[in-house]
Amino acid sequence: MNQHEAHGSEHPSFLAHHFATPRQQFEAGKLGMWLFLSTEILLFSGLFCAYAVYRANHPEIFVYAHHFLDSTLGAINTVVLICSSFTMAWAVRSAQLGQKKRLCVLLAFTILCGFGFMGIKFIEYRHKWHAGLLPGKHYNPQAHEGDHAPVSGHADEAEHQPTTTAARHPVESAAVEPEHQAATTPASTPASSTASEEHTLQVPPTIGPAGLAAPVTTTADVHAEESTDEKVKNVQIFFSIYFAMTGLHGLHVLAGMSVIGWVLWRSMRGEFGPLYYTPVDLAGLYWHLVDLIWIYLFPLLYLIH
Amino acid sequence: MSSPAVEHHHSEDQGHVVSLGLLAGVWLALLVLTVVTVGAIYVNLGKLNLWLAMIIATIKALLVAVYFMHLRWDRPFNAYILVGSLIFVLLFIGFVMMDTAAYLPEIDFKDTLHP
Repeated sequence: MNQHEAHGSEHPSFLAHHFATPRQQFEAGKLGMWLFLSTEILLFSGLFCAYAVYRANHPEIFVYAHHFLDSTLGAINTVVLICSSFTMAWAVRSAQLGQKKRLCVLLAFTILCGFGFMGIKFIEYRHKWHAGLLPGKHYNPQAHEGDHAPVSGHADEAEHQPTTTAARHPVESAAVEPEHQAATTPASTPASSTASEEHTLQVPPTIGPAGLAAPVTTTADVHAEESTDEKVKNVQIFFSIYFAMTGLHGLHVLAGMSVIGWVLWRSMRGEFGPLYYTPVDLAGLYWHLVDLIWIYLFPLLYLIH
Repeated sequence: MSSPAVEHHHSEDQGHVVSLGLLAGVWLALLVLTVVTVGAIYVNLGKLNLWLAMIIATIKALLVAVYFMHLRWDRPFNAYILVGSLIFVLLFIGFVMMDTAAYLPEIDFKDTLHP
């Protein structure tokens, strides 16, 4: 342990000249980190505030739109981050005890959890991209309907497709604007799989050669959708907030992974031990804050009642 | 698991070392509370569901801050910084919510004009 040797001398190599003891240096570094973390909390609070205002004013958007998020993936990501926080806290302990090998393994596992989190996030984002569930003016859930609308897949139904859609219009169209239809249709995209499966299973047998029975089925569908979606518009606001919050959080995960990677590199060089482990501790604090913010994001975005 | 000697080691240089048992306990508690959070959406409490989810999240956040982030054994000033920033967050969101609530009738009125 080079720290022990260094400790014997008047001024260890890791101790900056303006600090009297390693402990004082450590406390000062930690205080600075906490000040930085408080600014991070204030940064995220702007987004939490936007969330609170829009949810208070338009709760129906949030209740409707959160069905497009996969709460299973969200829960898995929560578990991944909690496990990574645990290994990070354990890594700090290993550094304090001078267990170099264990420290490196735990840091590597923490980074691996970060990759896992970002991988799952990527799967979620890609699905939303394909489904047109994008923020602001890019929100267009119909854009890729052809990709996964099973109804239009069958050749014999292709000619009935216009009839089916046309049959919808009299039901809704009395006072309905085009935007309203844009807002109603997402329920029939596979994002909400149960709705789309019903659609797939019901429509083929009921559409007769003349399409006589078709209106009956679709009317039922439309009524089912109407009961929940009738007033839901501006759904893109939810996705703006969703992407802003999870996007900023994702950037923090990437930053945390980079910092832990740097700490891992220094750990492998044997720079840390019982006397000097400040970078491990401070990187850990940052990583825990990222976990802390996700602890609130998960129920607020994925688990709306 | 750590030996008692290590657990209660308070060296001036090394700082406080958290026992592995305590870290694992906090980890398990966080996992259990995650299951509780997910399970809570199947209980219909109306508006209380949001508050329940926030209370569980805050318990989890406290566990992370106090044990994983070491606040329990730090000098209290670090905790004051955290609590101070949270007070400002509450002021910020609280006043904005009061403001937006005051304008809610106008928003509803405009919605009826332009449905």
